[in-house]
Amino acid sequence: MIKNIVKSVIATSLFGAIVVSTATTVSAAPAPAAAQPAAAQPAPVTFNRLLKKASPTNLPPAEDGIHDPTVDSAQMLQPPLQGMNGLTRSNFGNNVNWVNSLQTKKVIPRWDRADPNAESLVMDVNIVRTPRGSMPDVVFPHKAHTEWLECSNCHPAIFVPQKGANQISMAAILLGQKCGVCHGKVAFPVSECKLCHSQKRAAAAP
Amino acid sequence: MKRHLRLAAVFVLYAVVGVWGLLFSSIPEARAEYGDIVMNNYAEKSGMRPVVFPHWFHRMRFACKVCHADLGFKFKAGGNEVNMAKIIDGEFCGACHNGEIAWPVENCNMCHSGKPGTVTQVHGANGQKIIAAPVQGTAGTAK
Repeated sequence: MIKNIVKSVIATSLFGAIVVSTATTVSAAPAPAAAQPAAAQPAPVTFNRLLKKASPTNLPPAEDGIHDPTVDSAQMLQPPLQGMNGLTRSNFGNNVNWVNSLQTKKVIPRWDRADPNAESLVMDVNIVRTPRGSMPDVVFPHKAHTEWLECSNCHPAIFVPQKGANQISMAAILLGQKCGVCHGKVAFPVSECKLCHSQKRAAAAP
Repeated sequence: MKRHLRLAAVFVLYAVVGVWGLLFSSIPEARAEYGDIVMNNYAEKSGMRPVVFPHWFHRMRFACKVCHADLGFKFKAGGNEVNMAKIIDGEFCGACHNGEIAWPVENCNMCHSGKPGTVTQVHGANGQKIIAAPVQGTAGTAK
């Protein structure tokens, strides 16, 4: 008797689970088609009403909120998804991993505006900093930066090229100084803590 | 005593998180491309739509250094005093948008395509979220 009840309970719960899972697939399926037909992005989570709805990204100019949709060029400008198709994806910023796209030659930006053969002067030196708080050490790779920039972009105006001469804080970065001159505006956003705070903290001083 | 300190720390943490949440919940949703620059120091005052500069499109074709070192663009939205006279003279945008490297300046609306009233900004920037929400506002008031 009890066994039968248990069995039926299990059966109904299984059935319920199946119903729920079909329901989620049904509700999740039309979302990507509606948002971005050509996107290779994972479908936004829609089945949990408590989760904040993922805001649409990489919208075409006419729908992005800062272009005037009534101007003729809004239809002529290249939509981001089409332009950035085939680049290494990421989950932040433009949804593109720019450094990887450059290193794997998915983008080949010119180093000189007129000379397509000019090459960057890459410097492969890592700078490690120990932050004041408890976050892991920051590793600054000159390599990834000198593939895009030249020395004079950062030195000496933003960073004094001397050990210990630069006061850096997250407050300054969030206000657009130091690393925040680019990171949080064009380069990957500061929400990606671990991309900079990437090395186990050196042993604390006794 | 230690427990009090811990309680105080937790309280401070909650306060900080709460303030952070308040700050960020009231911002208009960022929908344009990360790094898009709106330039409207002079445009709307001169009867043109604001300029939208797509960083993503340009960084696929040119390293940051080309514009930010060779052409002298400062890392500051609205900090370069770009105007059409300079562009036609071959400075700033005009170094490429001259019909040789990129299409020429006659295509006004390709750049002047911003929604009227959009202020100078880096779209989606940190500072923008913390300091002000400038997407809708009076033209040309931002620094």
